[in-house]
Amino acid sequence: MHNTSPETEIRAEKSEARLPIFPRRLLWPLVALSLLFLVNLLISPEFFHLEVKDGRLYGSLIDVLNRSVPVAFLTIGMSLIIATGGIDLSVGAVMAIAGAVCANLMVGGVDNLFIVVGGGLCAGLVAGAVNGGLVGYFKIQPIVATLVFMVAGRGIAQLINGGQIVTFQNANFAFIGVGSAFGLPFPVVLLVGVLLCVHLLMRKTALGLFIEAVGCNPKASYYLGINVAVIKFFVYCLAGVLAAMAGIVATADIQGADANNIGLWLELDAILAVVIGGASLLGGRFSLAASIVGVLIIQALSTTIILSGIEPKFNLLIKASVVILVLLLQSERFQTQIKTLFAMCDPRDRHNVGRELDGL
Amino acid sequence: MKMFRVLSFIGVALSALLVLTACGNKSEQQANDGLTIGFSQVGSESGWRTSFSQSVKAEAEKRGINLKFSDAQQKQENQIKAIRSFIAQGVDGIVVAPVVETGWKPVLREAKRANIPVVIVDRNMALDDDTLYVTRVASDFVEEGRKAANWLMEETNGNCAIVELQGTIGATAAIDRMKGFGEVIADHPNAKIIRSQTADFTRSKGKEVMETFLKAEKGGGNICALWAHNDEMAIGAILAIKEAGLKPGIDILVVSVDAVPDIFKAMAEGEANATVELSPHMGGPAFDVIEQYVAGKRDFPKLIPTNGGLFLQDTAAAEYKLRTVNK
Repeated sequence: MHNTSPETEIRAEKSEARLPIFPRRLLWPLVALSLLFLVNLLISPEFFHLEVKDGRLYGSLIDVLNRSVPVAFLTIGMSLIIATGGIDLSVGAVMAIAGAVCANLMVGGVDNLFIVVGGGLCAGLVAGAVNGGLVGYFKIQPIVATLVFMVAGRGIAQLINGGQIVTFQNANFAFIGVGSAFGLPFPVVLLVGVLLCVHLLMRKTALGLFIEAVGCNPKASYYLGINVAVIKFFVYCLAGVLAAMAGIVATADIQGADANNIGLWLELDAILAVVIGGASLLGGRFSLAASIVGVLIIQALSTTIILSGIEPKFNLLIKASVVILVLLLQSERFQTQIKTLFAMCDPRDRHNVGRELDGL
Repeated sequence: MKMFRVLSFIGVALSALLVLTACGNKSEQQANDGLTIGFSQVGSESGWRTSFSQSVKAEAEKRGINLKFSDAQQKQENQIKAIRSFIAQGVDGIVVAPVVETGWKPVLREAKRANIPVVIVDRNMALDDDTLYVTRVASDFVEEGRKAANWLMEETNGNCAIVELQGTIGATAAIDRMKGFGEVIADHPNAKIIRSQTADFTRSKGKEVMETFLKAEKGGGNICALWAHNDEMAIGAILAIKEAGLKPGIDILVVSVDAVPDIFKAMAEGEANATVELSPHMGGPAFDVIEQYVAGKRDFPKLIPTNGGLFLQDTAAAEYKLRTVNK
């Protein structure tokens, strides 16, 4: 793994021995999330208020989960793509296309839910296949290949919608966005199901290993007999389908396809979530759980800002500061420097000062 | 060589055709004897923008104006290109709905040098030299905020806890609507804005922010009314209010600005209470000015306001029909 030196590997193993329940990777994102919750506890205790209303849980915590769903779908796909050393800028636009396709099918008189949802997912698959083909087979740089769809995709969605916000009345489809199952909002249940499927696919088959191998060293993987192009093609297709799912949930949520705004800039949130989850943009190891914690941090932050009653013009500033803080917390060098600082204050430990820094 | 000859023949034939059609256009133009006016529109990013474009086109057709319509897809460079091509075509007047406020001086100077009058519609341009344009036709956002607040204060006898959904931070419409609404509220000591956040003028953000407001204010029990800077956010918020088990329009009053068709539908169903129209009919006054300019008049006020009325539930069903049939 080129993103971790042998020393850090050894240290990682050591701390894993101490904390067997948490993989080390999950620790810092979880610490950040807990800190965020602590802030909420202090400024607005109603954040933690939960009650059962009409047979489903109701409260801000549930909202955080529910609002995270579209970005979480994007993040699952993005984690895999980033693990292969790629990036997908088009997922927000693919959301818009999928939403537009579904809405127009319904307005056009299609009542069968499977056809409507299937149509949306197919649109996502096609977009993903185009991206995957450009990156996997034509070896175009991912950031350029997916930029095409990022720009053109929203135009395609506009074209499908005829420049309007297309609204529809369909209780079955709306259920995907606002219904509830097992006392939880349906999107959350859907996300847990999909997450479980993808996790099993990655960790109970060799696919996850192949993806990480391609990200670490494509040449070596090729000589080992891994079909690099097919692996890349597959992850972009999967990300396309997941983006379509995100688009369907978001469209069902507002019962309308708003091609201009649906999923706008969400690709950046997804990339951010993967990075907060501790993944390297250069590719290599990935952890779906850590990425999802990243999503929760971003959404909890947004909800906190709305609840706190801070003037809206400071929103982005606060968001940026918290993200920088979270990323610093995870930086190996920053951690070591903080440790050194503490060691300097402790006279008994002074002879250790600088030793860990030398290791980096 | 033979190939080359065939190609060149095709080329000559095509250019001849082009010249012929160009002549055809010219004679047609002279026949209907109208003005030729170029209109550079921002794009088609919202329902309101689409009705704005349609209104301008319909107005031009009614007056027999030959309208050259250019959609800039939210990009200033496209607008500048369009204006340059209007100048090159020697149009009688140019109407611009600018996407941003700055960076228009050079191209407007070109228009001035060519003696083509320019009318700005909707959003503003930041220009230190006001001889570069004839006039600006725009709605008064502050007045819209005042109208919404006046209705709400009358309805609740000035006794109301309000939550506000702001538009995009820094947008002229958001700043001015907030200002106008705030001015009126300030005269009523029992009316107060208890929560205010941006929802970026979009439906999905409107829903998300409203959900959080409802939870923060005892499940919505504290909230008397919702004031949204545009209809889209109000429509999103209505969904959130319904999901919280409350009745929008009754438990929580809903007032917003724009008058898009979907809000009339919500009003007809009793889920929204009032909307202030942001008039999309700016084509008429703009064409008036250009027609008078061509006829020799030079003395125009620098701002011509267009004012939309306040719509309530009683006329909503009829308005919805009117606005959706027209499309």
